[in-house]
Amino acid sequence: MKYWKGIEELDNSPEFVKNAFAEFPDFLPVKEGRAGHADDSSVAPRRDFLKLMGFGVAAATLAACETPVRKAIPYLNKPEEIDPTVSNFYASTYFTGSDYNAVLVKNRDGRPIKLEGNPESPVTRGGLSARAQAAVLNLYDGGRLRHFMAKGKQVDFDELDRAVRAGLASTTGKTVLVSPTIISPSTKRAIAVMAGRARNFEHVMYDVNSASALIQANGGVLPAFDFSRANVIVSLGADFLGTWISPVEYSRQYITNRKVSSDKRTMSRHFQFETTLSLTGSNADVRVPVKPSEMGAVALALYNTVAGGGSVAGLSPAAQKQVAQAAKELQANRGASLVVSGSNDPAIQTVVAAINQSLGNVGTTLNLTAPSYVRQGEDARMTQFINDLKSGAVGTVIFYHANPVFNHPRGAEIEEALKGNKAALTISLNDRLDETGWLCQYQAPDHHWLESWNDFEPKRGSLSLAQPAITPLFKTRQAQETFLRWGGSNESYYNFLKDGWRTVLGSSGFQTAWDKAVHDGVATGSALTTTAFTTPALSIADATGRLGGGIKSGIEAVLYEKVGIGEGGVEANNPFLHELPDPISKATWGNYVAVPRKMAEEQKWKQNDVVKVTAGGKSIELPILVQPGQADGTVGIAVGYGRTKVGKVGDTVGANAFPLAQATPAGVMYYNTVTLEKTGATSPIAQTQTHHTIMDRHEVVQENTLAKYRENPKEVTEYERIATPEGLEKPNKVSLWQDYQYNDHHWGMAIDLNSCIGCGSCVIGCQTENNIAVVGKQQVINRREMHWMRIDRYYSSAHHEDEFEKEGKLKTYAAMEDPADNPQVIFQPMLCQHCNHAPCETVCPVLATTHSSEGLNQMTYNRCVGTRYCANNCPYKVRRFNWFSYYSNEKFEDVNGHMFTDLGRMVLNPDVTVRARGVMEKCSFCVQRIQLGKLEAKKQKRRPKDGEVVTACAQSCPTEAILFGDMRDPSSRISQLLRREDGERAFHVLDSINVQPNITYLTKIRNGAAEFFPTEEKENA
Amino acid sequence: MMNSFLSRTSSWVLALFLAVSAPAWAQQATVSKNGMTPGTAAAATPAAAAAPTGAQGAGGGDAAAIAAGDALFKNNCAQCHAVNDKVVGPALAGISKRRPISWIIPWVHNSSKVIASGDEYAVKLFNDNGKQQMPAFPQLSDKEITSIVAWVTSQEGGANQTAGGATAANAGAADGQTGAAAGAAAGGYTDMLLIVLVVVLIVLVVTLAIIANLMKDVLQGRKDLDGRDIEVLNQRFDWAGLYRSPVLRGIVGTVFALVLLYEGVQSVMAVGLTQGYQPTQPIAFSHKIHAGENQINCAYCHTSVYKAKSANIPSANICMNCHSQIKTESPEIKKIYRAIERKQPIQWVRVHNLPDLAYFNHSQHTQVGGIQCQTCHGPIQNMEVVYQYSALTMGWCINCHRETPLNTKGNAYYDNLVKLHDKSNNAVPFTVSSNGGTECSKCHY
Repeated sequence: MKYWKGIEELDNSPEFVKNAFAEFPDFLPVKEGRAGHADDSSVAPRRDFLKLMGFGVAAATLAACETPVRKAIPYLNKPEEIDPTVSNFYASTYFTGSDYNAVLVKNRDGRPIKLEGNPESPVTRGGLSARAQAAVLNLYDGGRLRHFMAKGKQVDFDELDRAVRAGLASTTGKTVLVSPTIISPSTKRAIAVMAGRARNFEHVMYDVNSASALIQANGGVLPAFDFSRANVIVSLGADFLGTWISPVEYSRQYITNRKVSSDKRTMSRHFQFETTLSLTGSNADVRVPVKPSEMGAVALALYNTVAGGGSVAGLSPAAQKQVAQAAKELQANRGASLVVSGSNDPAIQTVVAAINQSLGNVGTTLNLTAPSYVRQGEDARMTQFINDLKSGAVGTVIFYHANPVFNHPRGAEIEEALKGNKAALTISLNDRLDETGWLCQYQAPDHHWLESWNDFEPKRGSLSLAQPAITPLFKTRQAQETFLRWGGSNESYYNFLKDGWRTVLGSSGFQTAWDKAVHDGVATGSALTTTAFTTPALSIADATGRLGGGIKSGIEAVLYEKVGIGEGGVEANNPFLHELPDPISKATWGNYVAVPRKMAEEQKWKQNDVVKVTAGGKSIELPILVQPGQADGTVGIAVGYGRTKVGKVGDTVGANAFPLAQATPAGVMYYNTVTLEKTGATSPIAQTQTHHTIMDRHEVVQENTLAKYRENPKEVTEYERIATPEGLEKPNKVSLWQDYQYNDHHWGMAIDLNSCIGCGSCVIGCQTENNIAVVGKQQVINRREMHWMRIDRYYSSAHHEDEFEKEGKLKTYAAMEDPADNPQVIFQPMLCQHCNHAPCETVCPVLATTHSSEGLNQMTYNRCVGTRYCANNCPYKVRRFNWFSYYSNEKFEDVNGHMFTDLGRMVLNPDVTVRARGVMEKCSFCVQRIQLGKLEAKKQKRRPKDGEVVTACAQSCPTEAILFGDMRDPSSRISQLLRREDGERAFHVLDSINVQPNITYLTKIRNGAAEFFPTEEKENA
Repeated sequence: MMNSFLSRTSSWVLALFLAVSAPAWAQQATVSKNGMTPGTAAAATPAAAAAPTGAQGAGGGDAAAIAAGDALFKNNCAQCHAVNDKVVGPALAGISKRRPISWIIPWVHNSSKVIASGDEYAVKLFNDNGKQQMPAFPQLSDKEITSIVAWVTSQEGGANQTAGGATAANAGAADGQTGAAAGAAAGGYTDMLLIVLVVVLIVLVVTLAIIANLMKDVLQGRKDLDGRDIEVLNQRFDWAGLYRSPVLRGIVGTVFALVLLYEGVQSVMAVGLTQGYQPTQPIAFSHKIHAGENQINCAYCHTSVYKAKSANIPSANICMNCHSQIKTESPEIKKIYRAIERKQPIQWVRVHNLPDLAYFNHSQHTQVGGIQCQTCHGPIQNMEVVYQYSALTMGWCINCHRETPLNTKGNAYYDNLVKLHDKSNNAVPFTVSSNGGTECSKCHY
């Protein structure tokens, strides 16, 4: 099998070959002003050097004269539960209208510095998405509006309240509150209080990533899915592991039925029909690229096969074949299968609902009685609102965390209406002067959620709470309190909220129950009711009728969300998320047009060529990215980019693709027929994909099929043997090294490649925990990203060796000719392997990297002189060099702003040094957490318990793919796992060079194409 | 003859100078040494150590439980309670006779709950103590509370023993004082001796010079001197020759260069070193009065020293526990009142500044290592104004880690490690560094 990281590697382009063998890019000028002059002119002249040296000596002398006086300022009145330098954890909830996560807020000296998953939550079960990981930085976002404003001037709360109350009373026409989905029962009650004072009040919820059709097709509710109970999963374009509805929850469910061991040799089978290679598609066993206009036909064909209808014309042969296969397997797993669709076409969703109905999945894998609440938006009502606004029927409009000017396909119309003063009173409660907010007359910014009280009901029966973890940073007011004020109530929102919970928790022993709920962050009970949908559901006959339309011939563009930036809300000003490489394309900082290779070759487009994408009279310009797996005749464009008023970080990164979506009467369709036109310009895309290429691919990633695993788990992993005089032996038989003796602890990590879905949560978790600098687009292009942990994504062709025997050599080779059309994907988290025989340690001339008595490969920054020998000698390419002072060099002020201002610096972890220029850094196995865990154990006079010490990456993983622990402790989970998997799936990357890493990987098992496993169906039946 | 005499005089003068100045230098050296080494702390240690010894001496009951109770009492109760004196809370002597343990346990766990339940004794206790609420200690197990009570009982068990303990402490303190006094007296005596010596020597020199001059005059008056003698008599010391002497020049030059080099190296090595740093604080707080004379436990104010990385500077409300009653008229205390009124926290000047790149955790050393505060902070109980006692350099840290045996006793974390260590190298003490205590990542990350 051939693995490759990117098209350039597949083609073996000269650029790639050059970079693959050099650890550091050569001749990159440090002085950017002289870029392109890599000759003598970029060398500092002798006089400059002397001047600088002279100044340096003088400065050092002066600095040595006097030690600056430092103050120690204690609390005036120390709260009892707070001890300086001791972190407290408070349960809270992250929900930004799309992504629900129950979190624990790590609070150090009164400021939140990290978010972790709340294991008590029955919904997210301790997992956390990359977006939620990065959300703590949004609190200290300098782009937030810091005070109330009225008509461009700063005002205080009372003044604004008076003006708004007067306005509400005097304006005629409708009063409309526009918001994303609200799952907070108490917020809805607070809105109701305000509604009592407003004329013709209407609350319009709309979702940027709308599930309007899905709700409509399921009788007005969003079904709660349970992927863990499904043996066969068919997804029609739903990226449920990455961005669709509740990815963390679904990932956890999905993976429970994907993990294997020699005791459990079964896995679910996952079919994915989609256009752009998504995170979910990359994890699927069978992935079929289809055009968006073909999706209806796929759904219909599936329905007809399952429910026994006629055949469907127009499907591509590949899709036809896999639809038949999927249908067969679905039928074999009635009641234990699930079909989901990410489409917002009511007809498709109605058909999908009918398929699940006929398979008997309702009540098992799909629950309609305890539905999910995280999507409640109704596209039709938003359309109605826009029409009303334009016609002048709306007197007052309040935008509550809603930014439709940016993120609605008809945003330009809203902008025009607001500019034309079609509504008499316009108010924004958004946290900044964003594209919608700045057009409003009044701005009453809401607190950040980490400064607020709130409650949430993501799923019927599952409640959770948010509590303030910091005193409000700015002169803002919680939106709910604002609603209460405008509704004429002077109650604090906390009391209002608490009162509301009396009905949930019962009034006897309420205080105890309330305290417990606040402490745990979650509770059971229900307070929300489902609002009736006004759009009537389609009948199945109507739906099948509508799906008859053929596949369109033109180029179709699919709009998708990225795992990091998402819909481009406040996340768009978060540098962590901009620099998080896309799981598939590994691109950072901006969006692009993902085109299939075939189209690029036909049109003679090259990567980075800028094209103009036009749909329905609106066009945007973006560079080309050649994306393996992109369906023929389609392109993919990420939404959420191209913000203009979000802040220093996110403004003008990429282009806004929302206007390309179709706003049809049936709802927003996130695809459109487009024309593409080359502009002649080029714009580089900052991709990390082939950076840090490991020396050889042969024994880096390992995978095998479930069939083989069932036969014999001992044969799924290839173990390298080396030649010795006694014959072939394990690599560790021959060694020049003396082995270390570990008396106390021996920390190790196991990463299950079968469980890793590539979501990137660990990357951001690591970044927030370890104060890792953001370097910006240009430095990523220069191959200088600083992430200690990266997720390597390898493509491989879906053709196994056994195929040669079954299908014949000629046919297989023919199929392998163009592997980039629909490659298989494998993710491998790669971080410092903490080798016991570490090649980096031996080459450091100043002993800045050494081995500890607990198996850690230590990096001592204050000893490092920056020779970079270690990085050069690292076979895994996991060491990062600080080329700049990312915390003081003004070049990085925009992207790494949180290290520049007092406000931003509050997010830094005080236990971890901010590294200076000229030193090497790398994964430390979160040594600060190890030390803390050991200290706590010592204080309590006992050994540390297994699971007490976890690294940030292991903590954040929603699928528990990463396991960290003490290998010296025979009863720890990692010791047990390694004993069990030894000789089966456990392998070390590059075992043959015998560096003996402390990180063990477990071979990925694929439940591959069904025709290779004829016994499968019998067993499932 | 005269020549030799004269040169002898000059050497005398030189010797005299040396003799006068040498003790002065030596004295300086000893002063700085005394100030900065743990030597002086020794006087304080007996006082500090005396109490636990007394406690153990009290015996009776489960010794282990009592020992555990001792530590628990210090960490949790000592802020507000003493065994025989009323501090913030009542004296605890006789507690086991006054109340059954079944009453004490819920009281410690949550006193306000007991009061709320309407327990008569509890309400009375609450009212008698100025309605000051006792904080809840839900984290203490029943066993731990029992051992605290056992310790308290052991302390009051024989009033003699407690007194003994206290006496020992006092004696220790007294010892320290006498020692200091004796030291002072001895210092005075040597000073006097030196002064007398110096005076005698000066007198001697002057006398000799006078005699030499007299003899010169006498000789000059004589006519029977031959040419050579006159030459000797009239000889002037050839200073210019001395100046021109290459040997002397060489020696002086080398010495000068060496001194310069030494001083240079010393001052460069001292860059960033702030040993002895004694800034003026915004409030003239005296550790001598609080920790020394009144023997307030360090953890009473520095509440987190046993549980956190930092031994926090106390917040104003801790000062107010006592100073709402005591010395309310003092201008220094008034500064605290003002801070509270203005809601402006007091800005103390940091004395001990570790660089950001070094991670130091107090609780690791106090709670786990069992190190006394004085080991690093010096005779803090004698300091009117706090100064930085230790060098706080990496060498200083590492040295201690190399020499100090691990405090492994009774700590299950170390049980197996001690066994492994003893098996492989029996005679060598199990120091911090032999458990990886000098590895980079223990302090730098």
